[in-house]
Amino acid sequence: MKSSPIMTLPITTSTSAGLPWRQILLAALGALVVVFAFSANGYVVTVIGFAAIYALFCTGLNFFMGFTGQASFGQNAFAALGGYGSAILTADYGFEPAVALVLTMAFSGVVALIVGYPTLRLRGHYLAMATFALGLITYEISINWTDLTQGYMGYSGIPPLGIGPYYADTPKQQLAVILILLALGVMAAAGLKNSRFGRACRAIAGSELAAGALGIPVARYKLVSFVIAALYASAAGSLFAHFVGFISPEVFGTAMVVQSFTMLYLGGIGTIAGPLIGAVVVSLLPELMRGLKDYQTIGYLVILLGILIYAPKGIAGLLDRLLPKREG
Amino acid sequence: MAMLAIQGITKRFGGLVANDDVTFQVDKGQIFAVIGPNGAGKTTLFNMVAGTFPPSEGQVIFDGEVISARPVAQIAQAGLVRTYQLVQLFKDLTVAENVMVGFHRVTTGGVFSALLRSPGMRRQEREIAAKTAEILEFVGLSHRANVTADLLPYGEQRLLEVARALAASPKLLLLDEPAAGLNMEETSELARVIRKVNENDVTIMLIEHDMGLVMQIAHRIAVLDYGRKIAEGTPDEIRVHPDVIAAYLGGTEGYDD
Repeated sequence: MKSSPIMTLPITTSTSAGLPWRQILLAALGALVVVFAFSANGYVVTVIGFAAIYALFCTGLNFFMGFTGQASFGQNAFAALGGYGSAILTADYGFEPAVALVLTMAFSGVVALIVGYPTLRLRGHYLAMATFALGLITYEISINWTDLTQGYMGYSGIPPLGIGPYYADTPKQQLAVILILLALGVMAAAGLKNSRFGRACRAIAGSELAAGALGIPVARYKLVSFVIAALYASAAGSLFAHFVGFISPEVFGTAMVVQSFTMLYLGGIGTIAGPLIGAVVVSLLPELMRGLKDYQTIGYLVILLGILIYAPKGIAGLLDRLLPKREG
Repeated sequence: MAMLAIQGITKRFGGLVANDDVTFQVDKGQIFAVIGPNGAGKTTLFNMVAGTFPPSEGQVIFDGEVISARPVAQIAQAGLVRTYQLVQLFKDLTVAENVMVGFHRVTTGGVFSALLRSPGMRRQEREIAAKTAEILEFVGLSHRANVTADLLPYGEQRLLEVARALAASPKLLLLDEPAAGLNMEETSELARVIRKVNENDVTIMLIEHDMGLVMQIAHRIAVLDYGRKIAEGTPDEIRVHPDVIAAYLGGTEGYDD
């Protein structure tokens, strides 16, 4: 064959029987977080519950941004739909929380379909601006349509998660439900990633031209992946409403966009583990830095900048480099 | 039998006539090359065949159906698959995954089947994996299967593009300047692969600058100059055609009509 210097690149056809260290490490860390959460006090349970909800949100966002390669700055709109939908249906109309969760997801999916159809014709920065506007519009509606949302006052008296006679009364039970749903969501995303549909989406991210030339309906697949992200966001919004029992417009404001982007890029966009790692690290970092008192925020930002500069593909990418995946 | 018939194609961009009443046909099983000096209208013609934009006049008939003015993805679904002059790989995907995407046209399944993972779906995934390995073997890229596509040297990126197009089981494979930017060794490897693909019953149409490659592999050649077809024939006929020699050497005799 050729004798170019490129020959030094990895040749990985060997069916090496080495242990999948990366997966083992991640599973061990995940188990550690869960054990820690269930043995700790109420405050820790709350922090980890938020992290899990954000992880679910980011897993959906990652499908649209990481896999399909499109920008959305407005996923918070669908979290708001989920949160307010669940709040109104359960607190005002006495729906079962589980039923309300599914109904609001369906509603968010339909909204994503209607909004996405014209919006996804845009590309790059234009798509980013249009989706950003979507988030802002939803925020304004949640403030001003006071008959429906109670405006700035927020919505309280939202019951905990449950179905039929089974209710997650304590925070730890709620956390268990959230973690189970998160696990389902992550498994679904992993299944989609390595399917005909998922590969086509990742192909679109690589080159829309080439994807189209191979017969992939680019516009339709973008739309479907936008709807998938909206379903995750809506579920995350509903879970938040039930977990806290109270929502207000600020919960689903622009800060949510910034927070989820930080998690996505820090954890590693375009990977399955990335959103999980990002959500846990970004949620726990400020807590671990409390000892620094006044310098807490500075310390937090220094660590964030360090990771973004030295691990541009996020923590998941860093793990990839340190512990290469063994494949058959 | 004609796999592709180009009938009286004209393309105008404002006042510029990029293609002027071009007619030829590519027979089933052929390797057909379109050559011509820079600016002769080869790429415009190619884009009209692939569906990037419609012709101003005339029509493109593929496998008995008029395809001019159909969208790219639909034309691809019908079995006409193209590669690009500037390689358009899915850079973040591995070499094997790039080829797997190529199977899109000939496989089925969307979101729900991916989530349900039915036995039929899993069988399809296994078949895709097995055929991908075959195709990589065929073009000589097996040893790169799990490497990210953007790490490949240029010549191998070209081969991967061909491999990916093959996965779609094209009836007609369009190659847009496949040898552009390749060294001699890489070009001859490419020629070998193109011939092998053709021997497996894939009709091929390519546009190309590299005369060496074209003369070596093409069964039939059409020559464009200033948007018009000035000659068509076998490599031996084209080599000695006075109009072709004039067009390439910059002379004017031969077409003062």
